[in-house]
Amino acid sequence: MNVLEFTLVVVSVSALAGFLGALTGLGGGVVITPVLTLVLGVDIRYAIGATLVSVIATSSGAAAAYVKEGFSNIRIGMFLEVATTIGALCGAFLATRIPSSALAVIFGVVLLYSAIVSSRPRRERLENVPSDPLAERLRLKGTFPTSGGLRNYRVTGVKAGFSLMFMAGTLSGLLGIGSGALKVIAMDQVMRIPFKVSTATSNFMIGVTAAASAGVYLSRGYIDPGLAMPVMLGVLGGSLLGARHLMGARTRVLRLVFGAVVGLLALEMIYSGIAGKI
Amino acid sequence: MTPSKQRWDDTRVENIIGNLLRLGVSMAAFLVVTGGVLYLWRHGGARVSFQVFHGEPAEYRSVSGVLHGLHSLRGRSLIQAGLLVLIATPMARVAFSVWAFAREGDRVYVVITLIVLGVLLYSLV
Repeated sequence: MNVLEFTLVVVSVSALAGFLGALTGLGGGVVITPVLTLVLGVDIRYAIGATLVSVIATSSGAAAAYVKEGFSNIRIGMFLEVATTIGALCGAFLATRIPSSALAVIFGVVLLYSAIVSSRPRRERLENVPSDPLAERLRLKGTFPTSGGLRNYRVTGVKAGFSLMFMAGTLSGLLGIGSGALKVIAMDQVMRIPFKVSTATSNFMIGVTAAASAGVYLSRGYIDPGLAMPVMLGVLGGSLLGARHLMGARTRVLRLVFGAVVGLLALEMIYSGIAGKI
Repeated sequence: MTPSKQRWDDTRVENIIGNLLRLGVSMAAFLVVTGGVLYLWRHGGARVSFQVFHGEPAEYRSVSGVLHGLHSLRGRSLIQAGLLVLIATPMARVAFSVWAFAREGDRVYVVITLIVLGVLLYSLV
């Protein structure tokens, strides 16, 4: 395959992944790395570097839309970004130390986990949360728009949520993914932040988290312009298109199918890692 | 400060952040597309070599290296410059938030945001 053919293949695959990732809420980045490594034989370090860059692009693009809708909470996001960025730096340094077969196995496990988590139905729990004294001090509360007007919410479990965010950041830096699934769990399940606010704030945080590890990847030579170019443009284009079709799209079946594909890719990653093929 | 005034301020800050992010991504995409066209024009027929990891050469690994490569209008340097703009976009957002929190007189969040900015800048050097 020459450079032109390879670029066209990668742009198409990335656009499809970005499109489906946006429709299903799973994110496009997670499937690019397995496809690049398993199908196209790209070294996992180049694949991770290129994917990370596309994560920044889609997150920033989506966050721009989310902030205007008033769902994301800038204070919660900024406070938790202390944990995710430090975690991302640790993860990125770790990534340069551990063998690529181990990276593949960890990637597969995380991928499998996020496929399972995001295929579960999501419901909005509207309940009154006992506020945590730390949350009061940090002014972690807010309002979000609902059909019945603005609703107030408070935050709890700040320390546990912060620790989980550090882990999410580490995985993001280690694997070059947004780790949105873990971020949403930390906010939605542990800190009891309303689901829509959690999702929007997570999206808002992903770009900053990824930027922290991108610097390390760049200086270690993981980001190849020839590979990052088609991945970034493809994912960005696909996800913008996907976000536009989000309204009114019947995503339930699509989510199951995409979830199954992601699950299979995850198993293949784990197998290839253990078999030493990556 | 009255609650309604604070809300208005927050909304305005959120709007500016939204526009900042959009501008950054658009600029990055423009540079990457331009660089990509140049790169494919010159090297489209070459063989791909991503199968084996050898690390990128110095000119694609640092801010100064990329800027230096721009002088010779290399496609790949342009792509890498676009990627740097992309990495800088969330950083600009954080830097702007420092200013916004300072204006609100929220010292705790100025410190929190400065920590995040510090980590981000550290990653690039």
